Formats: sequence, C-alpha cells, structure tokens
Amino acid sequence: MLTILFDGVAYGMLLFVLACGLSVTLGLMNLINLAHGAFAMAGGYTTVVLVNSFGVPFFLSLPLAFLVAAVIGLVMERAVYVHVYRKPHLEQVLLTIGLVFMAVAGTDYVMGTSQVFANTPEVLHGQFQFFGVGIGRYRLLIIVVCGVLAIGLQYILTRTRFGSRLRAAVDDQRVAQGLGINVNGIFALTFAFGSGLAGLGGALGTEILGLDPTFPLKYMIYFLIVVTVGGTSSITGPFVASLLLGISDVAGKYYVPKLGAFVIYTIIIVVLIWRPQGLFSRASAK
Amino acid sequence: MTSPLIRRATESMLSRARWHPLEIIFWAGAFAAIWLLPTRHLILTEIAWLALFALSLDFLVGYAGIISLGHAAFFGVGAYAAALLAKHELINEPVLALFAAGLVAMALGFVTSFLVLRGSDLTRIMVSLGVALILRELANQFGWLTGGADGLQGVTMQPILGTFRFDMFGHNGYAYCLVVLFVLFLVARQIANSPFGLSLVAIKNNPLRAAAIGIPVDRRLIVIYSIAAFYAGIAGGLLAQTTSFASLDVFSFDRSADLLLVLIIGGVGYLYGGLIGAILFKVMQDYLSVLTPQYWPFWIGALLVAMVLIGRDRITGWTTPFRKLAAKLDWRAARRDAAAAEDRR
Amino acid sequence: MTLALETIGLVKQFGGLTATNDVSLKVEAGARHALIGPNGAGKTTLINLLSGVLKPTSGRILLEGDDITGLPQHTRVHRGMVRTFQINQLFGDLTPLETVGLAVSERNGDGMDWWRMAGSKPSLLEEIASVLERFKLADVMNERTAILPYGKQRLLEIAVAIAAKPRVLLLDEPAAGVPEGERHEILASIAALPKDVTVLLIEHDMDIVFSFAEKISVLVNGGLFVEGLPGDVAKDPRVKAVYLGEEVHGQ
Repeated sequence: MLTILFDGVAYGMLLFVLACGLSVTLGLMNLINLAHGAFAMAGGYTTVVLVNSFGVPFFLSLPLAFLVAAVIGLVMERAVYVHVYRKPHLEQVLLTIGLVFMAVAGTDYVMGTSQVFANTPEVLHGQFQFFGVGIGRYRLLIIVVCGVLAIGLQYILTRTRFGSRLRAAVDDQRVAQGLGINVNGIFALTFAFGSGLAGLGGALGTEILGLDPTFPLKYMIYFLIVVTVGGTSSITGPFVASLLLGISDVAGKYYVPKLGAFVIYTIIIVVLIWRPQGLFSRASAK
Repeated sequence: MTSPLIRRATESMLSRARWHPLEIIFWAGAFAAIWLLPTRHLILTEIAWLALFALSLDFLVGYAGIISLGHAAFFGVGAYAAALLAKHELINEPVLALFAAGLVAMALGFVTSFLVLRGSDLTRIMVSLGVALILRELANQFGWLTGGADGLQGVTMQPILGTFRFDMFGHNGYAYCLVVLFVLFLVARQIANSPFGLSLVAIKNNPLRAAAIGIPVDRRLIVIYSIAAFYAGIAGGLLAQTTSFASLDVFSFDRSADLLLVLIIGGVGYLYGGLIGAILFKVMQDYLSVLTPQYWPFWIGALLVAMVLIGRDRITGWTTPFRKLAAKLDWRAARRDAAAAEDRR
Repeated sequence: MTLALETIGLVKQFGGLTATNDVSLKVEAGARHALIGPNGAGKTTLINLLSGVLKPTSGRILLEGDDITGLPQHTRVHRGMVRTFQINQLFGDLTPLETVGLAVSERNGDGMDWWRMAGSKPSLLEEIASVLERFKLADVMNERTAILPYGKQRLLEIAVAIAAKPRVLLLDEPAAGVPEGERHEILASIAALPKDVTVLLIEHDMDIVFSFAEKISVLVNGGLFVEGLPGDVAKDPRVKAVYLGEEVHGQ
C-alpha cells in the first residue's frame, strides 16, 4: 500500500518536472504547445545515446539532457514559436501537432522504432526496505531530484528578480513591457528552461515511462491534464495535479488493472464538472 | 409596400443560399465519376466518407469555433455501431443501420458536449482528446464485443435497400457514399444559411455579444456539437459498411489530427473546405505514401508547420483554382479575400 | 410609479477588492436615468452585474418586479433588458445586415430555426431595413463588420441593441471614442427612442449627461454617492469635490 503510494509520488513528481514548463509557457505566452513532449523525448534520447554509446556516466548525462533540450527549445522558440504567439489557438494547435508528427517520424528514422533504455548504474537497481515499505532506489532518485527542482523553482519564482519579472510578465505583458522588462527575453529564457526541464524529465523517465518515438503522442494527454487541472497561475497547482495524477494512475493500474486507464479519466471528468476552470485557477479570469 | 432598401436587403440575405454554377459543376463531376472513373471507385469511396467526416469538423471549427482533437471518437463510435448492427443482424438494411450509427454517435456527442463546452480552448482540446482515448480503451477492453485489438471481423453487409450489393470493386459503395454525402451536404448547407447557422458564426466571433443579443450560447453549442457528432458517426458508419470491418484504429489520434489537416487545406468555414481538402489529401497520400510509406506522418507534420508559418492564405495559393471556385461560391469568403488583399496593400 | 429596474444591496467583490458596494438603485419605468462617476467607480461592473455577465457576491436584481439575479444573460435579453458595450463587441465576419437580422430573429425566437433560410420572412426584413436606415447603416449593410470605419461600428453597436427591442436599455458610454462631429447621429438615435423605453445611461461626457438625463446617480468607489435631479446634482458640492479631485489628478 505505502509502496504504491511511494511509486505514485515518484511518478507524479516526474510528471511535474515534465509538464511544469508547459504550464509556465501557457500561462506566460498563452501558447498551446502540444509538442512539449518532443523536448522531453529529446532529453531522453540524449541520455540513452550518451550513456549507452559513449559511456558517459548516467548522473552526468542528466544535466546534459537538460542542456540539449534547452538549446533545442531556445532555437525552436526563436525560429518557430515566436511567430504564433499572437495567432489564434487553432494555428498554434496545427503548428505544434505538425511538430509532433515531424519529431515522431524523424526520431523513428534516426533512432529506430523500438523502445530503448539507458544503462543505469548498479547503485540505482533494486529496492530496499524502510520500515517495511519497499523503496525502489531509482524512484527514490526521481523523488529527490524532482523534489529539489520543485523547491528550487518555487524559490526562483517567488524570491528572485527573474521570478518577479516573470510573474509581472504573466500578469500583464504590456505593463511589464512599460516597466522596462524585456518580455521577449523572458519568453525565450522561460521556454528554453521549460524545455530543458522536460528534457531532464524525459531522461529520468526512460526507466519508468519507456522511451520510443511515439513518446510525445503517448504522454500528450498527461501533460494536458496536469496543466488543465493544475491551472497556470502558480506551480503549486500543476504540482498537486501531477501528484494526484501519478498516484491515481499507479493505484488504478495496481488495484483494478482491467480498468487501469479509466481511473484517471474518471477523476478528471469529476474535477472538470466540479471545477471547470481547473482546481487551482484564480477567482477571476481576465 | 416594399421600399428599395427592403428589396435589396432581401436580395442580399437570400443570395447567400443561392446555388452557384460552380457548385453544380462540382457535384455533377462527383456523380459523373460513378460512370466515368470506374477503376478509381475504391479511393473515391474513401474520399467521400473522409469529406463527410471533414464536413462534420467544419461545423465545429469553422462555424462554432471549437477546436477538437478527438473528433475520431464519434467517427469510431459510428463505425463500430454500423459494424455491430450488421454483424449481429440487428438492422440488416444498411441505410437504416447507418442512420442508427449516426444517432449513437450523436448521443455520445450530446453527453460529452457538456464537458467540452466548459472552460477554455485548452480544456476542450484535453477533453476531446481524452474522450477519444477512453473510447479506444473501451473498445480494446471489451474484446468479446468489439474483437479488441484484432478488430471486428466477420461482418457481412446486406444489399443497400435490399437491392444493391456491396461489390468488391466498390462501384455500388461509391454511389452509396456519394448519395449519403450529397444528402447530408444539402442539410449542412441549409443549416449554414439559416438563422441558426448565422448565430453560430456570431458565437464564434464574439460569445459575449452573442449572449447580449439573446443567443443562448451554451445551448447552441450543444446542438451543433451533437449534429457534428452525428455527421462524424455517419462517416464512420460508411467506412465500416464499405470495408465490412472496424478496428481500434478508427479512434486513433492520427485520424483526428489528419482530419484537421484535411479541413485546413481545403479552407475553414464555407462547407466545401472539407470536401476539397479530402480530395487533395487522398491524392497526396496516394502519391507520397508510395514514395515514403513509413515517414508519411513526417510530411503531414511538415505541411502543417509550413501552412501555419507561411500563412494559410499563401500556401493554398497553389490551389488557386479551387480557392477561386470557393470564393465565387460564397460571397462572404470572396469579400474576406478582397479585404485581405486590401490589408496587404 | 412603477420600477423598471431595481437593485437591492448589490455587492460584487473580486478577491479583496469591492467593486460594487451595497448598491440599491431604482430606475423608474420610462426614465432617462444617467449613472456617472469618476474612473474606477465601478460603473461598468454594475452594468455587467445587471446584464448577467458577472454574478453578484450578494444582493438582488429585479427587472419589472421579477427577481432576475440568477438568470443567464440571454434570458435577461428575452425579458426585455438589453445592453451595449463601452468597447465595441461585434461580429467581425458578419455584415451589419446579418448582425441586425440576427438580433431581430433571435428576439422572434427563430434562433433555432435551421431549416428556413435566413431572410425569408418579409415582416422581419421590413424591421431590419428600418433599423439599418435609422442608424445610417444601409449604405454599408453588405460590408464585413470588421472592415467598417469606427463611427459606423459604433452605430452598429447601438443598432444591434435597439434591434432586440428592449424595454430597458443599458447604454455603456455610447459615444465613447466617437469624434465630436460624428456624435450627433448616435445621440439623435438615442433621443429618438420611444418614451416607454427605460434608459440607463453610463457616461463620462457631462454635456451628454445633462442634455439627456432626467435623473442622475453618482457612483463613487463602488457605492451610490448622490442621487437626484440634474440641477441638484450639478450644484452638489460633494459631487464637485469628487470630480474636481479627479481633474486635479488627471492633470
């Protein structure tokens, strides 16, 4: 029972790191980016290639995965996304679906169709008992890394100069611009950082989520759920939504394997009927 | 007593609905293909149900302004409903079964519309995508009914109206699909030109004002969502009837996403977009997938990206003849183009 | 004297901010009633509450004696209360003809009519044409609304509301953004409304207010401040203080 809770928390935290970048870009730029999973996939394949083919240590490959995804994110933001910020959502949806398809087929071409794993170090294998609860070492790593990241993000957003500028830009772009804040620079940086986080999540997640070229399609719905249920006004919302999603998905698949996938959908439908604007939306929408 | 102004106003209102010669040519061509292109009936059949499917999406995207990423849900339900009705010999006559399949999809559309209408574009995308995924999972789990991952096999279709058999060359199949498409297109055309259709455009343009002139926004959207689901269900039913088969693939995300592309290539919001898009898409698929069968999605994606970045107006420039036709068919589209040209200057 | 519109202790809070503070407003049937107040006084919030765009935190709204507090926007329109917007809210893809036609056919309950062609009812067209003529929109009736000049859009903004044949009309700064020279058409069309239509006018321009209103309510910080005949309000030192204060800030 507690082991399931533990696994669920690990899964949820992983989803949070994967999806929080999406939530920030949506809140900041009002951008619907369905291709977010492609950046996660880029991070995942970075780790797999580095570790398996070049013998880079697993722990070193994680920051590299972050970096690669962030750089791709930065390039894509400046080259492609910047053109659709002010366009209707339909255009954004079309563009980002297009990117997903290209990423899926392109990865298929380069890396092959089959599922891949990174060779993880011995230290992370197996599990140990802690007061009778089975703790998977790999999952413990995920919780630690993602937990630190979540706290770090919260700190950056609430305590630093960049964070206050970012929040100002989310609240009112024009006013922020008037105050001399470089909104475009913040957009680019945030997008790159969010993509980097997705990349890191993708790298960490290969072990649990599996990695193959269809990754961006398979997990698209999960990211969307985190963002719609969690809202975009803070990172606490997506965090709680991720945990909720992670725990219920793991528990659902364990207790009622036949109906596994339906458990989360049922929860989402209930949430949407109960709070159509998401669990943590602000009282008044602008 | 009618003033010249009233006469002019009446004329303007009614001219929307008048048949343009090019429309007549379009349909005459489609029907002539029954006799003139007998070797292409299989692909023409696919074009016909795809066109109907895209038309149903145009109701949502082009008229009501709802983005759906899960329209395949209704297509799939229609397909399974039609296949199951035939397999278990519940309704043997295909036309009746098709209608029933549409109604099943419509019922689903009605129920899910309440979820889709709440919230923002993002919520709508998430919910529509989720509904399609749930249905796919349901079809997979209830293998005893649906055949699970193997698909629903052993379906035998009875002759249409008890007379016309589905032949293996698709001759009767094409004629059947075309007639269904035509009839439903006529209804769609009527809807688009009615006060109801006008109110949908108003809602898409400005829901706040729509409510302020007394339009019950939610109710209208529920109605059009259900109608769109009915159309999609019929399209799915046609697929199942002409192939005697239904598989999980009918619910797939690719199908919903491809459909958006079909509609976008043809143009949104004037009904013919879905039909023209379906022709272009199928012809393109026919050529491209022979060249690179496995990486066909890559080209779909590239096309989507290019269309958005270059601008939908400009990339469809290579379909100028179609767009001209389209513009002439719809005076509002014509004026839109003129306005766009003016803006560019 | 019957009341066309009444609010009882209306309150609207956004988080900690009170935008509408215990407003009890009485608008008599057939009145020409103006609602004025400095910027940020909560005038538009009040209109949004009356028309149902916003739900009040507490309090009640009565339309011709019936409680409409919980009714959705469109039902309020069907009950005879229609509003205009300070910032144009129009249908960019439709023409003025279609826009007015839509408002008329919705009022007639033809909105769900999907089988008949729009524009096939002669009686409706007569009415549509007369509205278009009255608001000087006949010459542009087949233009797409999005490309109309601002003045015409502003006229259409008012015309749509009139086409819904309101018994109670809420006008939110009808002349906003319209240059001096073009205001006349809008003001004349408002002045020409039948006497039995109740009008609640929100306006910034004091010339318009004093030439139009028979009664004035002043809103300050979300609450009703002063109410009375135009002459009395104009002389009221408190009102002067509020407006002078604003002018000083403004400069």
